This record gives sequence, C-alpha cells and structure tokens, in this order.
Amino acid sequence: MILDGKCPSGPIEKSWDKHRFDLKLVNPANKRKYKILVVGTGLAGGAAAATLGELGYNVEAFCYQDSARRAHSIAAQGGINAAKNYHNDGDSVFRLFYDTIKGGDFRAREGDVWRLAQVSNNIIDQCVAQGVPFAREYSGLLANRSFGGAQVSRTFYARGQTGQQLLLGAYQALSRQVKAGTVKVRPRTEMLDLVVVDGVARGITVRNLISGEIESHWGDAVILATGGYINVFYLSTNAMGCSVTAAWKACKKGAFMANPCYTQIHPTCIPQSGDHQSKLTLMSESLRNDGRCWVPKKAEDCEKPVNEIPEEARDYYLERKYPSFGNLAPRDIASRAAKEQCDDGRGVGPGKRGVYLDYQSAIERVGEDTIRERYGNLFDMYEKITDENAYKQPMRIYPAPHYAMGGLWVDYNCMSNIPGLFVLGEANFSVHGANRLGASALMQGLADGYFVIPYTIGGYLAGVKPGEVTDEHAAFAKSREDVKAQINKLMSINGKRSVSSFHRALGKIMWEDVGMARSKESLEDALKAIPALREEFWQNVKVTGSEGDLNNQLENAGRVADFLEFAEILATDALHREESCGGHFRVEHQTDDGEAMRDDEKFCYVAAWEYKGEGKAPELHKEPLKFENVKLAVRSYK
Amino acid sequence: MDLTLYVWRQNGPDEKGKMEQYEAKNVSPDSSFLEMLDEVNEELIANGELPIEFDNDCREGICGTCGCVINGVPHGPQEKTTTCQLHMRQFNDGDTITLEPWRAGAFPVVKDLVVDRSALDKIIQAGGYTSAYTGEVGEANQTLIPKPDADYAMDAAECIGCGACVAACPNGSAMLFTCAKVAQMAVLPQGQVEAAERVKNMTEALLNAGFGNCTNHYECEAACPKGVSVKFIAKSNREYIKALGK
Ligand code: FES
Repeated sequence: MILDGKCPSGPIEKSWDKHRFDLKLVNPANKRKYKILVVGTGLAGGAAAATLGELGYNVEAFCYQDSARRAHSIAAQGGINAAKNYHNDGDSVFRLFYDTIKGGDFRAREGDVWRLAQVSNNIIDQCVAQGVPFAREYSGLLANRSFGGAQVSRTFYARGQTGQQLLLGAYQALSRQVKAGTVKVRPRTEMLDLVVVDGVARGITVRNLISGEIESHWGDAVILATGGYINVFYLSTNAMGCSVTAAWKACKKGAFMANPCYTQIHPTCIPQSGDHQSKLTLMSESLRNDGRCWVPKKAEDCEKPVNEIPEEARDYYLERKYPSFGNLAPRDIASRAAKEQCDDGRGVGPGKRGVYLDYQSAIERVGEDTIRERYGNLFDMYEKITDENAYKQPMRIYPAPHYAMGGLWVDYNCMSNIPGLFVLGEANFSVHGANRLGASALMQGLADGYFVIPYTIGGYLAGVKPGEVTDEHAAFAKSREDVKAQINKLMSINGKRSVSSFHRALGKIMWEDVGMARSKESLEDALKAIPALREEFWQNVKVTGSEGDLNNQLENAGRVADFLEFAEILATDALHREESCGGHFRVEHQTDDGEAMRDDEKFCYVAAWEYKGEGKAPELHKEPLKFENVKLAVRSYK
Repeated sequence: MDLTLYVWRQNGPDEKGKMEQYEAKNVSPDSSFLEMLDEVNEELIANGELPIEFDNDCREGICGTCGCVINGVPHGPQEKTTTCQLHMRQFNDGDTITLEPWRAGAFPVVKDLVVDRSALDKIIQAGGYTSAYTGEVGEANQTLIPKPDADYAMDAAECIGCGACVAACPNGSAMLFTCAKVAQMAVLPQGQVEAAERVKNMTEALLNAGFGNCTNHYECEAACPKGVSVKFIAKSNREYIKALGK
C-alpha cells in the first residue's frame, strides 16, 4: 500500500495556516460531550491533555508514574529551539525548517517539519506566560545558546534542567484543568491494549499498578504520547519504566510502525562502569559548545595519565574531520566518530570504550567560574557517578542509546492509520527523519501537544458522534480477557531466569548487531537470536509475586515481552534499508572516508510496517517523501 | 564490598510492617544505591523470595520518583543527592544500612519502600500555576525580567517533588515544597496577578491534605536533594500575610 501523509498542497509557508482554516470545528457547546483519552503525561501528553481540557473536552489522562509530573521529558537538559532570531544571526523559520530537514538526513516530511518550525516561536511565548524560569541576560531578555548541529543561537534553556521546567509548566497547566474538572488524571496506570471496533480506535485497557485490576476506558479519540522505544537496548539514557508497550499494543491492533531502525545514539554519555549498570547517564550536548573531544594519536598512550600526553600527541578528531562544525557536529556523526576512534584501539578508560571531552582550553579562555556557571550541575553529576573532577581532568564520554526517531506512523494530522488513534511526541515518527538535532525533542513534544493536536483532533471529532461506542461494547470485554490471559501466562511460567536477565540479553544483541554499525550479517544474526530469546522467555521467565498487587517484576515482564517482539521489526527495517542515513548506518553503504551514503533513488520513503502476527513477516507499506523546498543533497558538515 | 541491610517490608497499607535483614555481597563501589538494591532483588528472586519494592524511574536525580530513608536520613548520607544518584563508594565494606520508606501522615505506605505522594499533586492543583490559556499570549520578550528575579525563580523551581522535605520534617510538613512554588510564581511578573489567591489556596490545600505546619526546624533544606532554600518559606509567609488583607 502506498501511504498518503495528507500534507496540504500549495506554498509551504502558508500550508499550516491554510490547513488550520480548512479543518472543521467542533461546536463549543458540544465539546464536553466528547471524551478523549490521553496516554502519557510527558511534554506531548501533558500539554495535549491540558490544552484539550481547556478547550472544553472531557479528558482522561493516564500515566504509569505516581504523578503526572515525572515523565522522562523531565530529564532533557540542554534546551528547546525556536526560530526567534533574537540575535540577528540569520535565523528564521525557514532556517530552522532547513536545518531540521538536513539534520534528519532528508528522511522527514517537509510539511510536518515546516509546521514545527513555525510554531516553535509560540512555544516560547506560551512557556514564558506559564512562568517557566528560562535563563535571562542582565538586560532582562531571554538568553540563548547554540547547540549541536546548528550555527545560530536559537536554543532557550533553564540551567541544565530545561526539560524539567517545561514539563512542570505543562504539569501545572494540567493541574489547573484538574481543578477545573475538565481533566481526570490516573497515575500508576499502564496501558496494556488498544480497543479497536470496526477499524476505529475506541478505547484502551489498562492495569492499575497498585491493585492490579484490569480496567477498560472508552473514548471518542485515543492519544498516545508514550515516548520512545530506545530501552530496547536495555542500557540507555531513558528512564527505567520507558517502554514500547503502548505503541506496540497499538501496532498489534493494526497501527503501522514507521522507520523503527532510526535510533539515536547520543555522543556524550558517561561510559559504562561495570555489569551492575542499570542505565546510562547523558551529559548534555551543550557541553560540546566548550569542550573538545580527543583521543591519543597513538594507541600506546591510551593508558597514560592525561597530563603525560602532550598536546601534539592528541587527536582532536572532530575538529580534524569536520573543520567547519568541529565539536558541534550532529549527534549521529559525533557518535560514529567516537566509535571509530575506539575501534581503532585509541579509546580511553575501562575497556578502552571512551573518549575525552576536555575543558582545559575553555577554562583557560573564559575561566573556571564561567564554566561552572554554564555547566556546574553537569560537572557535579559527572563527579557523583565517576568520582572524577572534570575541572581538573577531562571527562570520559561514550555514545549511548538515547532517542527513537522512528515510531507509529501518523499523517499530517498526527493521526495514525487507525482512525481515532492519534500519536504525539517521540512516540510518532514524524519530524526528525533519520536523526534528531539537539533541543528539538522538547520542541516537538510541546508543538504537538499545545499547538497541533488541539486543531487536528477537532477536525476528526467534528465527524464523529460522541459516545457512539462505549465500554459496554463486547470488544472491551474481549480486550480485558486478552490482557488477563497474557498476565496469567507470565505469572504461570515460573521458570529459572529473571525478567531483567532477558532484558539484558536482548540489549546485548541489539547493541552489538543492531547498534551504531549494522551489516547484513549482523542483522541476520539478530533476526535469528531475537526469536530464540523470545521463545526462551516464554518458557523460562520467572515472575515473582502476584498479579493483584504492586508488582514491579510483572510490569517489567510485560514490557520485556513487548520489546522481544518489537526488536524483530526494528532489525527487519534495518535489514531492508540498504543505505546509510542519520542514525541508521549500514557498513556496506559508506564513502571511502567512512561517511554515511544515502540512496535517494531507492529509499527516499517512509517505511511503515504492518504487524501480521507471531512468526509472520511484517508487511511493508511505503510513503514516498517529496522534497520541494529543500534540495536533496549529500549532508556535509566538513 | 559486603553490606548488611535492614529493610522495611510491608505488604500493603493496612498490613503491619517490619525490618528484615539481608546481605548484599560483592557490591561494586561504582554501582549506584539502586543498582545495589537491584542485585539484592535478583538474589531474592533466584531464591524464590519476594523482591523489595521501591519507587524509581529516571535514575538520574531529576524525576523525583525515588527516595527512601537511608540510615535515618532521607536520600542517605551524601548532601544534595537523590537515592538514585547515591553511589556505593559513600559506604564502607562491612557497613550496616537501614532502609525505610518516607514516613509522614500524608504519605501512606503502599508497599515496602513505596509510598503514596498524591497529596503533593493536590497542593499544585490548588493553585501552583498561572492561569495562562494556550494560544496567543504575547511575545516572550515583551516582558523583561531582571536576571536576579529569573535566577531566584529558577532556584525555587529546582524542586523535583520527591517528598524528602516531608520525610525529614518532624511535623511531616510540605512547607518547603509548597513555598518554593509560591515563591517562584510570586517573583515573576506572570505570576503576580494571582499571587494572593495562590498562596491562600495552596496553604489551605497543604493543611487539608494532612501535612503538618512549619516550626522552623530546617530539616527540609538539609534533606533536599536540590538544595532548595528555606528562604522561600519566609517569602511565602510574607506573601501569605500580604494576601490576608486582600
Ligand atoms: S529515580 Fe528519578 S530522581 Fe531518582
């Protein structure tokens, strides 16, 4: 099937305004008759629930955390982009659009990216009005910094906690609606199934994580804002509870999974310290504004203390390879370069899987106090984890799985191929193409939640009769039964291996064979290893405790079971995409100097996969990508 | 290193809890406190026992999900550090460590080290926001905010809502949590319009939710993983007095 993204036609500058005007409106008096379910309360979900409640819809918001304030958007450190051009440095909506298309290696839809760039400015206005304490200059104006992959200063920030402050802004807006009675929040509730009736999304089935009860909820529309799937690598920068479960359950009910092979490995994370490791910690990319990446030129220097390696024996590899962007090269490129140096035997630290990020010259240039003001909290965090003082010696960093560009397929309205199912934020695939630029995730989450869905969902609901199908429909009872059956099965296996040991094993396969460098052989190996591990899981997993109680083991078992299925579709997508682009690097497709080689002839499309059942190959649907405003070009940062 | 743990085990809100002893063997000093607990749990699972339930999510000190009382101190011995960011090198081989949930009237125990903190959400719902609608709200740089005010607001906004302040307070008060939000909003022009209503409503919600009042012990600031200062309580008290006349 050829998919249609339903982008508006005509000049791109007018596309969103025209589309907004063309969308049907719901009569204000009727809005409260419509019930909307929002799953996930991060930036996208929190903003959507708050805004839809304010518009007068009857909203129910669900999250697995104990409060709507804790979703993992909170951990974003660096900032949020907007095309304000406050600094007169040549920024514009068009440049933000252009940078995002190019940064995504020409694998995103132009219309969606344009809209994102356009509303980026409204987001900053909105957050300031909410009392988000962005950094300011002495003049009282908002402060900016530049960020990886951009040559203009368009990133707004709140110390090293931008995600936290933006999320609290959305959470507070949501709290206001809770008080107003328009939104009901259900924390500690995990979505375990999507209910589809006659091809239309009508509700969800959830587990109450405290009582273990399985409940169904109906809605006239369902919004998934459930984040990314990067925990499929086990070790990642995501929170422990982040999973693919909600998206995957939707996929099993017919929603298409788009571009799952576009995974982002973030260049500046703290290297792994041992087998006990449960997650990896990101150090904001803003650190690369002042830090310089290097490794020793000679492998024999790698064990030496830093001060015994003279300047001329250091290889500032990013500055060498990419003179015009240097240490600010985009994430995919910086990560791959770090891996290359380590593969070459010139890595540093335990296992020689690390590179230096050095502040010495920045400290000499602007002084330690300035560096402390800019990055103090990051240096403190680094010291807590590694016991090393980065003011005195360079940090050690290494790439780690961080973000999923792929996700459920949506059209321009953020609606999936299942009518009534909308997908926002990291959970959808729409704007980042094959690689996401820094400070763009927060932008997308809030754009989708505050400024896109409030319009597009109206366009859908205007054609729907409110409450047409409720949880009395037999499909809801069936869904609850299915969910209970899976839980009972997990509880009854009573095998020998713990849930987390399976997750670790899956992570190892994914990191080694489907990680930063993928080949036909490695992917074929993975496609054999994943089903084998899944089979063992269903025979040998051990889930302790009971299903009618708070039971973290059971929660994780469900999530790992879904990862074990989803991983296969990820590897299948990576195997089919015979090109290198952004975060997807196939070793067979590279230039002589090791740069990614796209194949626009054959692969300039979105790959949307339809799940066909256990043991069956998923079916590929394509949405061709057209570039009418940015010319397809080789992406160069040299 | 090898450690002896005494951990609070409680099956549910209405059950009686008790301290149980566990051994943690071969702990790497580089592992985090929660990773140490993960390993203890793996051991328990292998022996067919119930693992210890504890809340956590981001494991990088920002979401505010984690937290237990470690050797009598919320979040443990290291200053300005959440439980998830505490590393085992802070302990010595042979140490005995006690682990308990947050204990406060407003935080009923759910299970083991997990408590119900929804009372904190109720305080924010009472007024911890500006009533800005979503839409055209005016250009961001139209209102200048002096840097010291923006910094002050940010200092207050650092709060991660973990509840350690409540657990540390002999009165089980959430004053630091509440006042930090009141102060953040009161210093910003966007929040000043509703300042009086906000402080009254939030204070009322705090008392209704079963938290105690503040009698200036300052244990909250000492326990706060973000170092949120008690000066915000003073600020909020001033706001409250101002509001009484309105
Ligand atoms: S788990 Fe998020 S702050 Fe500790």
